[in-house]
Amino acid sequence: MTLLGHSRLGSIAELERMPEELLSLRPASAKSVHVCTGPGCAVKGAVRLYELFCMAVKNAGADVEIQAKGVGCHGLCEYGPIVLVQPGDIFYQRVEEPDVAEIFRETILGGRLVDRLLYQNPSTGQKADTVDEIPFYKVQQRIALAHNGLIDPTKITDYIAQGGYSALAKVLSLMTPEEVISEVEIAGLRGRGGGGFPTARKWRSCRQAEASPKYVICNGDEGDPGAFMDRAIMEGNPHSVIEGILIGAYAIGSEQGYIYVRNEYPLSVERLKEAIEQARELGLLGENILGTSFSFNIRINRGGGAFVCGESTALMASLEGRPGEPRAKYVHTVESGLWEKPTNLNNVETWANVPHIINRGGKWFAGIGTEKSKGTKVFSLVGKIRNSGLVEVPMGISLRRIIDEIGGGVPDGKRFKAVQTGGPSGGCIPAEHLDARVDFDELTKLGSMMGSGGMIVMDEDTCMVNVAKYFTNFLQNESCGKCTTCREALAQMMYILDRITKGQGEVGDVEELGNLAVLLEGTALCALGKTAANPVMSTIRYFRDEYDAHILDKRCPAKECRGLFRYEIDPEACKACGICLKSCPADAITGEKKVPHVIDQDKCTLCGICWEKCPFTAVLKV
Amino acid sequence: MADEDKLIEQIISRYDGDAGMLIPMMQDLQSECGYLPPDHLRSLAKQLEVPLSRLFAVATFYASFRLAPKGAHDVTLCMGTVCFLKGAGAISEAICKEFRVEPGGTTRDRLFTFQAVNCIGACAVAPVMLVDGKYYDGVTPAAALEILYGLAKDKTTVEKE
Repeated sequence: MTLLGHSRLGSIAELERMPEELLSLRPASAKSVHVCTGPGCAVKGAVRLYELFCMAVKNAGADVEIQAKGVGCHGLCEYGPIVLVQPGDIFYQRVEEPDVAEIFRETILGGRLVDRLLYQNPSTGQKADTVDEIPFYKVQQRIALAHNGLIDPTKITDYIAQGGYSALAKVLSLMTPEEVISEVEIAGLRGRGGGGFPTARKWRSCRQAEASPKYVICNGDEGDPGAFMDRAIMEGNPHSVIEGILIGAYAIGSEQGYIYVRNEYPLSVERLKEAIEQARELGLLGENILGTSFSFNIRINRGGGAFVCGESTALMASLEGRPGEPRAKYVHTVESGLWEKPTNLNNVETWANVPHIINRGGKWFAGIGTEKSKGTKVFSLVGKIRNSGLVEVPMGISLRRIIDEIGGGVPDGKRFKAVQTGGPSGGCIPAEHLDARVDFDELTKLGSMMGSGGMIVMDEDTCMVNVAKYFTNFLQNESCGKCTTCREALAQMMYILDRITKGQGEVGDVEELGNLAVLLEGTALCALGKTAANPVMSTIRYFRDEYDAHILDKRCPAKECRGLFRYEIDPEACKACGICLKSCPADAITGEKKVPHVIDQDKCTLCGICWEKCPFTAVLKV
Repeated sequence: MADEDKLIEQIISRYDGDAGMLIPMMQDLQSECGYLPPDHLRSLAKQLEVPLSRLFAVATFYASFRLAPKGAHDVTLCMGTVCFLKGAGAISEAICKEFRVEPGGTTRDRLFTFQAVNCIGACAVAPVMLVDGKYYDGVTPAAALEILYGLAKDKTTVEKE
């Protein structure tokens, strides 16, 4: 017996018996309370809530069958911390420390709802008793996130009890490697990291490559700002990723795998380490897995904080202990990758989909989505949106449904302006294209891309030139500097954009940006460089009027670029309280008691302090 | 044997002397020392039989490596897209101006090292700031300064070697 209370599994049959054994240990009536400890909830004190529930369970004594679980991201981060009570799927939101005792007494012991903590639909005012009644979850279809929020990511037994590793058992007992690849081919799975390359084709090329050993890599270097899907999977259900990698390794014929995790995600590293440790203990990793001839090991590497390492060849250079510079890909990595050996790299979410495809069949998976984009996709829906969080939707759903039905629209009565997808390689999609279907090809047609799944909503207060500048600055900082175009063209684009946002734009600047974009697309070495102009080009395509306003009228329509708008005090709204007058560092505001205050535009430095401080929102941007 | 040689030997043995694991070794070194001291780097290069220039190439390429000691506290500001949309730029400006520090730099009194990073994946609660691993959500420029002034007053603040 080991720490897990279970000895190493010597055969496939032993693994297959395990879920039943595990379930028999707990009566069907057993209650459990799931506390989301994902990043959004953890920031709001969920870890403490989990500790309090654990204490409450301990104090309740052994005669009551209750279990407290810390679980991965549940998705609706906006309403965190989230607590789920089972059975009954009771969903409590914005739970605070004093609520713990009440939930425990009323709901867990007493079986009554705590009305105050239920989710209330903002448009109908109706309370939701269970998860399924919440519009945010209704439209979603969860595959990669299926077990997030249900299982304790630190316990392999929890995953196995839910049917985890049964796909591995199936593969090892019933399928040849070629059959595994065919199943994934039937599923039509495409890479979730951004490129959308058919997974089965990659696997087959790697399997057929002659050299050995072969390596498999899981890309967890989730570098796109505004994206945290992979983080949620690695932290919420690390075993699904490991199981996917194991199946892929079996299909390809590899004995060594790597998981490359972003440096900014220390918890992901911890969760994966624990998971690998436990899988090894049970004999699901290591030599002769489940008594078969298949052996496989996984090592975790932490990234060094370089965006470019999300690119496959740069990631491999990093794994070899070198600076992460991409190389030209005329020789594919499936033939010569890590240490010049055949290497197959897939993204976290791609791997997490694999066990489901094996268990439920490629046909089932291919039944979801559109003609060329199958299955579901996880998005981090964030920005100026009511229900920020993590969503998983079938491919082909419209942007409008994601933003309005799931996301609840733009808050504070503001107008929707654009949604940014695809990270720094993607683009901004305006309101007129909100009915577009979300799939790999449709988003590319709109000048953006699927990317890894960041979906950032922008409202009328967001200046699109400034957004383009943000991404260009990001890419300029993160350019590895190896190829001249990326290094120099981005610097020039940044220089032009900076001038435009300062009111020093000139006629012809937009055309010059276009020329640089053509240069980048045609001559940059790696995919990150080739797509680096997308944020600029998509904003020019849809928001040319904003560029013109900056350049010709020296005006920022979103009133975000300092110097391209003025502050004025609305005499009707001003209560002459004197707060702005006292806080103005330039002494530019004059006024007396009961007399509306006035800003002297000649003295004003446009610092915006009066705008921030005014309690009556009487200071306006004009 | 000098102290640095012993530590380096220990770190190298964790990875069976595999020079391909250079980055994890340097990460271990940084977590032990807080930064990459020159003597340790020299020792690492010598023991691994890798040119020192390659260690510097790696150390300067990856944003997470530091060649100078850090301050008593770690302050990390997320500059991801969402944090940026919700005003992280102004927070960064306020911190830089108030404490006369640059992103990536350390305050003159070595109170804290200020880092602006790309995205820490907590977008739902943006803008986010991390102080010694503790998350602060929905931060404003004023709130950020208040948190950092709290560090200055904190009596437990002991300057690290």
